[in-house]
Amino acid sequence: MLEIKNLHVKAEGKEILRGVNLSVKAGEVHSIMGPNGSGKSTLAQVLAGRESYEVTSGEVIFKGQDLLALAPEDRARQGVFLAFQYPVEIPGVSNTYFLRAALNAIRKSRGEEEISALDFLDLVKEKMALLKIDESLMSRPVNHGFSGGEKKRNEIFQMSVLEPYLAVLDETDSGLDIDALKIVAEGVNMLRNENRAFIVVTHYQRLLSYIVPDYVHVLCSGRIVRSGDSSLALELEEKGYSWLEEASSEAVVSGEAG
Amino acid sequence: MGAKNPTDYSSSFVRLQNPTEPRWLQAIRKAAMERFSELGFPTPRQEEWKYTKVDFARKMAFELAVSGPNGLNGDRLDQLTFGNLECPRIVFVNGHYCEKLSSLQELSSQIQVQSLAEVLRENPEWVEPYLARYASYQDHAFVALNTAFIQDGAFVHIPEGERIQEPIHLLFLSTAPGEATVNHPRNLIVLDEDSQATILESYVGIGHQPYFTNLVTEIVAGKNASLDHYKLHSESDEAFHIATLQIHQDRSSDVRSFDVTLGGRLTRNEVNGVLDGEGATCTLDGLYLVAGGQHVDNHTRLEHAKPHCDSREVYTGILDGKATGVFHGRIVVRPDAQKTDSKQTNNNLLLSDEAVINTKPQLEIYADDVKCTHGATVGQLDEDALFYLRSRGVGATTARSMLIYAFASQVTEGIRVKSVRSEVDDFLFSWLPQGHLIKEAV
Repeated sequence: MLEIKNLHVKAEGKEILRGVNLSVKAGEVHSIMGPNGSGKSTLAQVLAGRESYEVTSGEVIFKGQDLLALAPEDRARQGVFLAFQYPVEIPGVSNTYFLRAALNAIRKSRGEEEISALDFLDLVKEKMALLKIDESLMSRPVNHGFSGGEKKRNEIFQMSVLEPYLAVLDETDSGLDIDALKIVAEGVNMLRNENRAFIVVTHYQRLLSYIVPDYVHVLCSGRIVRSGDSSLALELEEKGYSWLEEASSEAVVSGEAG
Repeated sequence: MGAKNPTDYSSSFVRLQNPTEPRWLQAIRKAAMERFSELGFPTPRQEEWKYTKVDFARKMAFELAVSGPNGLNGDRLDQLTFGNLECPRIVFVNGHYCEKLSSLQELSSQIQVQSLAEVLRENPEWVEPYLARYASYQDHAFVALNTAFIQDGAFVHIPEGERIQEPIHLLFLSTAPGEATVNHPRNLIVLDEDSQATILESYVGIGHQPYFTNLVTEIVAGKNASLDHYKLHSESDEAFHIATLQIHQDRSSDVRSFDVTLGGRLTRNEVNGVLDGEGATCTLDGLYLVAGGQHVDNHTRLEHAKPHCDSREVYTGILDGKATGVFHGRIVVRPDAQKTDSKQTNNNLLLSDEAVINTKPQLEIYADDVKCTHGATVGQLDEDALFYLRSRGVGATTARSMLIYAFASQVTEGIRVKSVRSEVDDFLFSWLPQGHLIKEAV
């Protein structure tokens, strides 16, 4: 479904990603872990089409298409979804109206009928009940005045309504208490199926007890320095990242020398 | 306009003399004309006119507009923004009362809504205590000119204790015939003690010739009176629109003014409120939405003259293209006006690199026990919010329009008359790229 090849990305003149390779198949859950500043969020944002990052080389193929050539909205319409680390507050735009506009834009691009207001309401109510989201949030402006946990749940709620093929969760677990974390994990697990893939970006192993990944990758200084199965997450929990950071800087040095 | 000489206001004034008019009115006209001759039109050297050049008034030739509905009918009005608000209305075409288009039958007989020209002919004593007593022509050339040329406009009188829920619509239509024309609408709105009303004043234009609306409205709110006043400006792109709204408030009165500017080539709105009785409250809100080469200037002045008065002011502007805007809000707190509570805000959204806004909030405080705050913002669309919307599949243009609409709704939410809110919304939907999508989504 997704092929990231030798991806190099700069932000404000500084190289953040320095040759990322990653292959994700439909049905898989990949976790990207790593210390702060390793480039995890950059990778997530680049996949969603954030324009403030400059891709200097490499490519990203999503369902056979050059993902990097697409505008953010076209990526969403093709089925890419990013759950933001810091969901944006948008005063004046109601959650319902925004989400319905988004869903209809996606459906339209796929040649499907727009959803009626009534059907949309049913859909939304069903998903809200599953994610234990208070219905009053829907009439409020997007993320405006939401608590940290409400914002994160709202991301997962949007994901469950938009039903993407590839969902990228950018530190959705950070700042959540254990109950909220379980709700978020349930939301993700409900959507897991053979047609859909997830990239779960996280700093902590905690979330991965509830969303068990097929693969775990460690990103250090802009490169994936180690990949493994879910047991790698436990190892990281125990040993921290420093042993891998040392390994990666050695790799960079030897790489430059070669 | 090339070969023509600029308007000779003095000779038009002489032609306008009418010896059958009441003496007091003749005296006011004469004094105002003299004052206008002394003042002349303002120049950018005057601080109050620094960013708004009125060369058009000095240089262009404007004929005094004559009446005549020109075969207009209600259907034509219905198509105009603010042309069709469902409520009793009095209509003026090119500044002159038009009975055919007016519909005042449903109004309670207690409420007076009449052509000022008619009142000045038949019962001038009704307006004598108020007319030109509040909007000072001493320091203001355009008010002086309007006062010298008072011909017609609306006279609204809400007697003591009358509380009317339904809005009353004063509709001013300019047809912009072949010649460039000027008209000087003059409105007087008087609310007696303990009365209540909602008044919509709208200015709309058809045709593409330049014209000049030089407007003055005086509002006199008696003790405990309550007024919602909307001024809605959707004149044509060739219109010059200079307006003064003068509000005088007695004890415990409550006036909420909402000014919407959507049209015009050059617009200057002045709103001056005087809180002249204890416990009075005043709200001044405004929305301006301009693009292309439009210029809009909002000058407000709130004078707290007595203790325990509250005022709130929020003006919000959206400027695109090469549009230019000015906001100058002044709050004056007199020495007696202790316990004043006043807050003023001006927020601007610039949609292009070429749009310009000059904003100047100003406080003049001569009392020591007051609470006054002011602030202004000038910004562009939030890139993070745009990306967020787009990352969900909303197209870039729609996302922009959605955010602009959201910015505007923070102030349009305060419009309490449903039909006005929906007219402003409809205008926004037609103004915004892919606005129809926003309309469906809202």
